[in-house]
Amino acid sequence: MIEISHVNKWYGPTFQVLKDCTTSVAKGEVVVVCGPSGSGKSTLIKCVNALEPFQEGQIILDGIKVNDPKTDLPKLRARVGMVFQHFELFPHLRIIENLCLAQEKVLGRSHDEAVAKGNKLLERVGLTVHANKYPAELSGGQQQRVAIARALAMDPIAMLFDEPTSALDPEMISEVLDVMVDLAHEGMTMMVVTHEMGFASKVAHRVIFMDKGEIVEDALKTDFFGSPRSERAQKFLSKILSH
Amino acid sequence: MNYNWNWHIFFEPNPTGAGTYLDMLVSGLLLTIKTALLAWVIALIFGTIIGILRSLPSKTASWIGFAYVEFFRNMPLLVQLFLWFFVLPELLPRAAGLWMKQLPNAPFWTAAIGVGLFMSARVAVQLAAGIASLPRGQKQAATALGLTTGQGYRYVLLPIAFRIILPPLTSEFLNTIKNTSVAITIGLIELTGQARAMQEFSFQVFEAFTAATVMYLAINIVVVTGMRFLERSLAIPGYIAGK
Repeated sequence: MIEISHVNKWYGPTFQVLKDCTTSVAKGEVVVVCGPSGSGKSTLIKCVNALEPFQEGQIILDGIKVNDPKTDLPKLRARVGMVFQHFELFPHLRIIENLCLAQEKVLGRSHDEAVAKGNKLLERVGLTVHANKYPAELSGGQQQRVAIARALAMDPIAMLFDEPTSALDPEMISEVLDVMVDLAHEGMTMMVVTHEMGFASKVAHRVIFMDKGEIVEDALKTDFFGSPRSERAQKFLSKILSH
Repeated sequence: MNYNWNWHIFFEPNPTGAGTYLDMLVSGLLLTIKTALLAWVIALIFGTIIGILRSLPSKTASWIGFAYVEFFRNMPLLVQLFLWFFVLPELLPRAAGLWMKQLPNAPFWTAAIGVGLFMSARVAVQLAAGIASLPRGQKQAATALGLTTGQGYRYVLLPIAFRIILPPLTSEFLNTIKNTSVAITIGLIELTGQARAMQEFSFQVFEAFTAATVMYLAINIVVVTGMRFLERSLAIPGYIAGK
């Protein structure tokens, strides 16, 4: 589904953020990307739907080359859902309008169709009663669930999560993770940048560990948690699991 | 001070033979309003286009925006009006120059366009600042949903940015109204022009300019009140200016 091969990316002439990154995500697979801050994991995931350009290598998404100038990027992006660290709901639109905007403007669905779909997804994330509120009137966890629903409304073939819980209070993290776990169990293809190792051990098939722009380890979940090969991954794990 | 106050002067017939001195001032007031409204529409349209150009990642776009803004904001308004009114027709091919000079209401069109373009540079800078103040993730979220750059601006960035800059835009609208008084120098007999004419014919300088001041104040109060209502009706619950 997602093929990342030999991706190199620089900010400016000298600072290399991604170094020869190669990995893939198969259909229905859940891959967790972790690593210390500044390791390039968010940048990598944003390269997948071309939110970030990269200079070398290639990424193929469902058979379509992302970094081909001929690719219709808006059309391609509409097929991949993305959830951000800071939710990024549109503050001037009601919750239901947030869910409908791209359905109508990008997919060309009728307003009624979009609203029906939006309501169905709000029900799924348990926020039906908030449909007519504005984002700022919801808690962080609720906003993030809306953001997931907004991405799902586009009927994506895969979902990208960029640290979806790191801006949330501890008690709100689980309500967001629950939605993500359900999604994973339904067979959604997911690439998730997160520090939630509990989530990783529960639903991930594979774990990718990045450090300083490199993919240091790309292993099956059991191998990664059982016996990480690299010293850097061992150190990282011991740090985040020690509390 | 040896001054002969005469507040009844407003009801005495003016030397043109058409109505009273008050009628003279009111016709000036109407012309001021007409000029200011057209100038403001021009300022908003051009200011929006240039403001958007300045916020785009493209170097060419931001260079065009930069050049436009610096051209229009670094020259005194008076000089700009002289340029458009006296110099431009001479620089054009003879036929076009002649056509411009013979245009009916040339001072009106020159003033509206001249003041409009001058103010558009200021609107552009504010809009660009408003867009820049939005979290980077807003644009990314719009892009990730498959919205094109144009749709992202139309449905997400501009509606929020304009709400943020409404208070300073109110000031710019007021400045536009007041700046139309400079058009007296190219022969537009708007409110200031009529007050001056009244003073020359009647020698009642204080009455004439008191009335003009009150009239300027009155329009500006209407504008301020109107913009307040607009701000309130556009306020987003829980977000900027919303409660």
